[in-house]
Parts: sequence; C-alpha cells; structure tokens
Amino acid sequence: MPKPAEVTLPSDREVRVIRTFNAPRQLVWDAHTKPELVQKWQGYDGWDMPVCDMDVRVGGKYKWQWRSREDGKQFGFFGTFTEVNSPSKIVHEQYYDPGDMGFAMPAGDPCIVSLELSEQNGVTTLVCNLTFASKEARDGAVSTGMTDGMEHSYARLDDMFKAAA
Amino acid sequence: MQASERLDLTFAALADPTRRAILARLATGEATVTELAEPFEMSQPAISKHLKVLERAGLISMDVDAQRRPRKLEPKRLEEAVDWIERYREIFEQNYQRLDALLEELQVKPSKRKRTKK
Repeated sequence: MPKPAEVTLPSDREVRVIRTFNAPRQLVWDAHTKPELVQKWQGYDGWDMPVCDMDVRVGGKYKWQWRSREDGKQFGFFGTFTEVNSPSKIVHEQYYDPGDMGFAMPAGDPCIVSLELSEQNGVTTLVCNLTFASKEARDGAVSTGMTDGMEHSYARLDDMFKAAA
Repeated sequence: MQASERLDLTFAALADPTRRAILARLATGEATVTELAEPFEMSQPAISKHLKVLERAGLISMDVDAQRRPRKLEPKRLEEAVDWIERYREIFEQNYQRLDALLEELQVKPSKRKRTKK
C-alpha cells in the first residue's frame, strides 16, 4: 500500500496534497484525464458520478457532477483547463456548483487546481495544489457539511480491489 | 473567539521552525524559559517572544503559581488544528485509495500478459 496522502497548508489560501502511486506516470495521468477512468474513482462514498465531461486542452471546459445514491441530491464542479502538459502537469480553474445541496460555498472566484506528476522507479508522485480565492473559501471548503457525508465507508474501494483480483 | 480565528492563530504560531521545536520540547514535559532557550542559539528575550505567540494561540500555558514559571503544552488547541487538516486529508485519501485500486486493475492485465510470454 502506498503511503497515505500528506496534506500541508503552504499559505493562507492554499492546500497541498502529496501522494505516491505504485503505477507509471502515464497511467496516473490517464486516470486523471480520461472521463471513463475519472468516473471510476473520483468522488465520494455513496455518490455516483453521472456527469463527467472533459475537454482536456488549454481553454477546454469540464463538468463533473455527483448524485447521492441515498436521496438523489446533486452537486458538482466545473471549470476550464488553463495548462495541459501531458503527462506531467495539468492546471484548471474550478468553480463549485452547489446543485441542490442547500448550501453555497463562496461563489465568484475560482479555485486554481494544479496537478503535477513525476515518476521514479515506476512510482508516481502526485503533488496537487489548491489555491483558493480567499482564506475563507479554503476554510469553507472543508468546514461545510458536505465533507461530513464523504467520510463514510470504503465500500467502493473494496469493490475495485475485488474486481482487480 | 470563533473556531476559524482560533485556527488562524494556531496555524500562524505553527508557521515557524523555532516555535515548532519549542512545542516538540514541551511535548516531553514542562520547561522554563531558560531551559527552553538552551538548545537554541537565541537570547531569552527572543525565546520569550516566541512563547508569547504560542501562548496567544493557546498552544502553551504558563504556571503562574510556581516560581520557575514553567511553560507547558496545551494539547487541545493542537488537536483542533490537526483535526481540521485531517478532514481534508481523509477526503483526498479516500479518493486516492480508489485510484490505487483502479491503477492496480489497469496494470494487472498487461503484467499478466508479460509473465505468460516469459
């Protein structure tokens, strides 16, 4: 098993996540840029991802939407790719779409999401930098009730391990 | 003080290597300013300045009754800060564990093929 994700706060508006994967960089890149693969892992326990449209090129748009299996509620993210450098770096501007979740994060300025991948001996290191418009937006992103619902079972993970075995 | 303001003070206080070292030292037991100044090449007033920042953030406290006025760690505030980051981390980690499984799945087939070729 790879080491768990490491989260640091480089500044008031940023969150940095570092994680390694036992896979070549190209594969990790594909898992982040091919919608049919993104749908398989990105999201939250108990939520499906019915919408995953991605036009992966500079200026291209994307739209992600999740739907709760429990009550059908939806929310998502959408945005524009601002840097695409396969297979090492991708940057996008991300907006939050509260859907019908009944709460809103500070709208307006996007969160800049930068993803960098490097490979050594078949192990890929991912550095994900989230730069929020303000400190309030950053803190809000984690303080909202939405995050509570995401911390449940690892059922989907188990399913995938079974499928892989 | 609101929780977010408390976090501001905590993270600002933690954003300094000397202050983190002081906390690490206090995690092993209470210590006076003189004792705390020893391992650092710093004057006592400089250390006192750092202690004030840590005190304001609620990360340490001072025993006013004792003549030595030792400082001790207040673990609760540190736990709050860790919890906050931990929630963030868990969301990412859950995602990345699913990604681990997917990457494994994607690699299983090609590597099996290689093995049978040999």
